[in-house]
Amino acid sequence: MSLVFSQLINGLQSGSIYALIAIGYSMVYGIILLLNFAHGDIIMVGAYVAWLVVVNLSLPPALAIALAIIACTLLGVVIEKVAYSPLRKAPRLSLLITAIGISFLLENLAQLKFGAGAKNVPALITGPALDIGGQHIGFTAVLTIIVSVVAMIGLTFLIRKTKMGKAMRAVSEDMGTAQLMGINVNSTISFTFAVGSALAGIGSVLYSCAYPQAAPTMGSMLGLKAFVAAVLGGIGSIPGAMIGGFAIGIAEAIVSAIGLSVWKDGVVFAILIIVLIFKPTGIMGKKINEKV
Amino acid sequence: MLKVNDINVFYGSIHAIKGVSFEVNKGEIVTLIGANGAGKSTILNTVSGLLKSKTGSITFIDKTISNIVPHKIVAAGLAQVPEGRRVFLGMTVEENLEMGAFTRKANEISEDMDSVYVRFPRLKERRKQIAGTLSGGEQQMLAMGRALMSKPELLMLDEPSMGLAPILVEQIFDIIKELNAAGTTILLVEQNAQMALSIADRGYVLETGKIVTSAKASDLLNNDAVKKAYLGG
Repeated sequence: MSLVFSQLINGLQSGSIYALIAIGYSMVYGIILLLNFAHGDIIMVGAYVAWLVVVNLSLPPALAIALAIIACTLLGVVIEKVAYSPLRKAPRLSLLITAIGISFLLENLAQLKFGAGAKNVPALITGPALDIGGQHIGFTAVLTIIVSVVAMIGLTFLIRKTKMGKAMRAVSEDMGTAQLMGINVNSTISFTFAVGSALAGIGSVLYSCAYPQAAPTMGSMLGLKAFVAAVLGGIGSIPGAMIGGFAIGIAEAIVSAIGLSVWKDGVVFAILIIVLIFKPTGIMGKKINEKV
Repeated sequence: MLKVNDINVFYGSIHAIKGVSFEVNKGEIVTLIGANGAGKSTILNTVSGLLKSKTGSITFIDKTISNIVPHKIVAAGLAQVPEGRRVFLGMTVEENLEMGAFTRKANEISEDMDSVYVRFPRLKERRKQIAGTLSGGEQQMLAMGRALMSKPELLMLDEPSMGLAPILVEQIFDIIKELNAAGTTILLVEQNAQMALSIADRGYVLETGKIVTSAKASDLLNNDAVKKAYLGG
């Protein structure tokens, strides 16, 4: 019983990080139909920023957290402006290849600057283990889950109720008509990248609580799993990305719990294959009718 | 009020609009008529800034708008109701109207929303409903109400009669007349030439990207070129 419980918490902890990252994939896909494969690497940059601030500059962890999130946000916006916005009218394949190129660029720049080895990120957040019904749960696990859920509620409010959020929905539904409403499409897209990347920044900080390391390629597996979560939930759907993230996290935990932890990654990609074969639109995704 | 001077628009290598010039004066209803594929929507989208002309200029209330971005053109007072209505199907009626008022401050729009609801009572009944659940006629009303939310000086309507039952078409055209009487200048693009000319002051006949005739609407109603443009012979 206690094993099942602790694995469930583990699953929810990693699942909420996947969900935060998956939301960024889905938001960007929803608005410009791009699978932004550089999204995972933003997390890596966040982890290095935290490491730099705490270890190299010896500044307090709170500052590291803030700077990591700010750096991720700015990086996402800059990538969109520099790499994707010039391709607004280009075929989608060009955009996809560019995203993969940016991913390699970020990974290799990190390797060039910091070396291929992992850097240890000291604990950014610490606290006492919690005791719930006789079960011990790590502080960071609880914090991760709570912070993620709060971020998702905030995001839902932003998208449902604010003017900018409604503009994002309008642009993602019909970019041409959104322009006819007087919506500035470029700034709406920038805003979408900023929000998605800020969530990735939060994910980055939470991830480094669980795995306190920064390495050049750490973002690629994390990004891929979050991508699977986004596809499972229905790419383009934000509630879908949340559900998909938790589902992937829990699936991994179940596999580990039954003693097959070497299959942890394999299961995630098996889910991807199954979804793509049987329900490519995912759990919450809409069927897209191609215009003739 | 709107002066389009010698625009040439290309889709890749296809020369869609060939040296088109026309103007709309304040208070008028002007119609651009022509068969399917003549370039009517292309012209409206060029005026709205979604497409760019290679040559010439477009001025609106003494301001050149041919080189500014679409959202600034809307803010300048020029709104378009696009072909096929293009309401945001996943958003509620009220949210669609809010999007129409995007260029304005949130606290200034409630009065205008009320007046849209007075003009289109059906929209008020359905204001919390998702636009995708509305009928075609209701969506056309929503598209028009949405464009009115920007308080346009000039309203451009692209095929408002498309796909609607005759009784609804008449209702929509009555509303266009009312809007005009209330002070909004109208540029109306239509395949239904008869209907369009019956409410317009002046008309331009478009044939494969060129204006072939322009005259008072009442004269065009009996013109051979108009019949030719529609009957294809």
